[in-house]
Amino acid sequence: MSTAAQRFLQDAAVKSADLMHREIIRRGMDSYDVAHLKGRARIKDWEAARQKCQEIKREAINHVDRYLLQFEEKVVARGGHVFWAANSEEACTYVKNLATRLGVHTVVKSKSMVTEEIHLSPVLEKAGIKVWETDLGEFIVQLRDEPPYHIVTPAMHLNRGQIAQLFRDKLDPSIVSDDPRDLMAVARRKLREAFFAAEMGISGANFLVADAGVVAISTNEGNGRLCTSVPRIHVVVTGIEKVIPRLEDLAVLWPVLATSGTGQGITTYGTLIGGPRRKGEADGPDEFHVVLVDNGRSQLLADAEQREVLHCIRCGACLNICPVFRHIGGHTYGTTYPGPIGSVLTPHLNGIAEFKHLSYASSLCGACTSVCPVKIDLAHHLLQNRRNATQAGATKSSERMMFRAWRSVMLHPWMYALGGWSARTALRVLYGLGLAGSIVDPMRVWNRYRSPVALPSESFRARWRKGLGSN
Amino acid sequence: MQRKVSLFVPCFVDQLLPEVAVDTVKVLRRVGYAVEFPEDQTCCGQPALNTGYWDEARPCAEHFVRVFKNAEVVVCPSGSCVSVIRVFYPELLAHSSLREDAISLGKRTFEFSEFLVKVAAVTQVGASFPHSVTYHASCHGLRELKLREEPLQLLRQVDGLKLVEMIRFDECCGFGGTFAAKFADISGAMGNSKADSVNATGAEFVTAIDPSCLMHLQGILGKRRAAARTIYLASILASQAPANQAPAQEKS
Repeated sequence: MSTAAQRFLQDAAVKSADLMHREIIRRGMDSYDVAHLKGRARIKDWEAARQKCQEIKREAINHVDRYLLQFEEKVVARGGHVFWAANSEEACTYVKNLATRLGVHTVVKSKSMVTEEIHLSPVLEKAGIKVWETDLGEFIVQLRDEPPYHIVTPAMHLNRGQIAQLFRDKLDPSIVSDDPRDLMAVARRKLREAFFAAEMGISGANFLVADAGVVAISTNEGNGRLCTSVPRIHVVVTGIEKVIPRLEDLAVLWPVLATSGTGQGITTYGTLIGGPRRKGEADGPDEFHVVLVDNGRSQLLADAEQREVLHCIRCGACLNICPVFRHIGGHTYGTTYPGPIGSVLTPHLNGIAEFKHLSYASSLCGACTSVCPVKIDLAHHLLQNRRNATQAGATKSSERMMFRAWRSVMLHPWMYALGGWSARTALRVLYGLGLAGSIVDPMRVWNRYRSPVALPSESFRARWRKGLGSN
Repeated sequence: MQRKVSLFVPCFVDQLLPEVAVDTVKVLRRVGYAVEFPEDQTCCGQPALNTGYWDEARPCAEHFVRVFKNAEVVVCPSGSCVSVIRVFYPELLAHSSLREDAISLGKRTFEFSEFLVKVAAVTQVGASFPHSVTYHASCHGLRELKLREEPLQLLRQVDGLKLVEMIRFDECCGFGGTFAAKFADISGAMGNSKADSVNATGAEFVTAIDPSCLMHLQGILGKRRAAARTIYLASILASQAPANQAPAQEKS
């Protein structure tokens, strides 16, 4: 078992038994559920909207090369720079060198999962640069020295009391109120200093619009616009799969993203940026850079069966509905992207051997597939990942042997009937002796959380033969 | 000539929950079908399929197709197994000579409530079950087979039955086959959340179209010594007046 798998099992055991955690998440998800349903009802035909989004993303991903070049051409024509990063290292080095060359001491970041994926902040900090997360949730988890818990709501695992305590410990010991507005005011005052000190702003992108050559960013707190317009350098770090063909595609993608993410009709701020400040413009950066990150995405693109995983718009809906996520929480996954999309994606990006367990850590209930706004069949991809894991020989040899034996049994009805009878009879004897759940009980894992199955003396087929079969 | 159906009894039902299949037969016969049980049947292949062992699942699926390919209609008391046959066989058997037979068979294979409502076109089966019951929407029946209303239509026609709606009725119970063994802590926690929802309804029974969910849930409820018990849909539909006739249950 990989170290990641061992840690996952340990953390899952702790978190799934943590009732306070479950309660916080449950409350958050319940209010999301209500908002999400209400939001969906605002769209006249939700299924048609999903269908349209799927088509747009499919077209974009199938021609990703062409659309990215189109995007690049427009950005460069306006005086922006586009850097193509094959992996994390290339991306981080580019941003670090840029910052060093331009004398940057302070960076403000607006929310970006790709910068989490490539671990950009530690690289910048090592170079002596102060990095501020400015999304409130990201700011909170940064103070806690934690990765985001959720891709949309990074601090959803904390209640206001815990946040007030954190602010007291890290920002200002005189804080007494745990009113969200007061806490927000504390964060805002702190972050204003950062915004005006920073020489560089780093943002992600929700979409890269090919025909217009602009970056589209959806935010709610206004921090995104400060990051992209106040500092003299703006760097966008984003995955290559974010490209979409046309500006008009935003007409459906933006509301569908907002609805799936938070239940909003549209996010508070929708920002389109196409380059540095032009002559006569009041604000905007002097320098504008876009870092296009591949980091394993091209490999997924080459996989015709699972290519659609790149359609993901990172709305978080699959995390929110996932009963496994609801019970173990985001940090347990130990990955940048938690929940169903993370369990599908991570083995592709970070290796089957190390992360295959995530594809198994699902009951395959399919709730994720049912809500995905771009119609990625997530449950099906979890299953395909499992198949890939066994075909790559990444599963335990004892399990492989067991399924080979299972196959022989299932191909011979007499062996199946005899095997069923023997196993049932043996268990009945064992349970008769009061040994259910003991070390000799082969079903003890089952019986840890459940009372033993009441085993029948006869199978259905035996009863059928004994007379039930006469119509 | 009497209409005929072939019964597919999932392996775990055959070995662990025979009452489920017995009650399925009772109801099918009551609504006018002769029931045939091809004795060479074993398993649809789901355990191997879902654990990623497609090379092991494939011959098992081919065996299933050979056993049932001449059946007119197949009925199965499990939405999960039917979804394997209808939804997943075409991909599993993509390069098998039996692929076309499998696709055709998938279209003739029905989950029990689906068969009654959509094929036999009956919702009133003459059942009586004077108890409060809540309904858990089993995942594969709901999301792979799109069976949302069919089981409820049947339950609403049962004499004396009081249907109580459960919060998050469509959230997974946490069984998930080998998931329950590989991730016992998560499965147990999910089962306990579902049991909380069941208990909150105050219903005497929880029912579903997948006996596997119920086997898992019965274990969880049993461990908690909860008052609510599980009962498979066909066992409710098999129950008839007089009221003192004991219904068949998963577990006493």
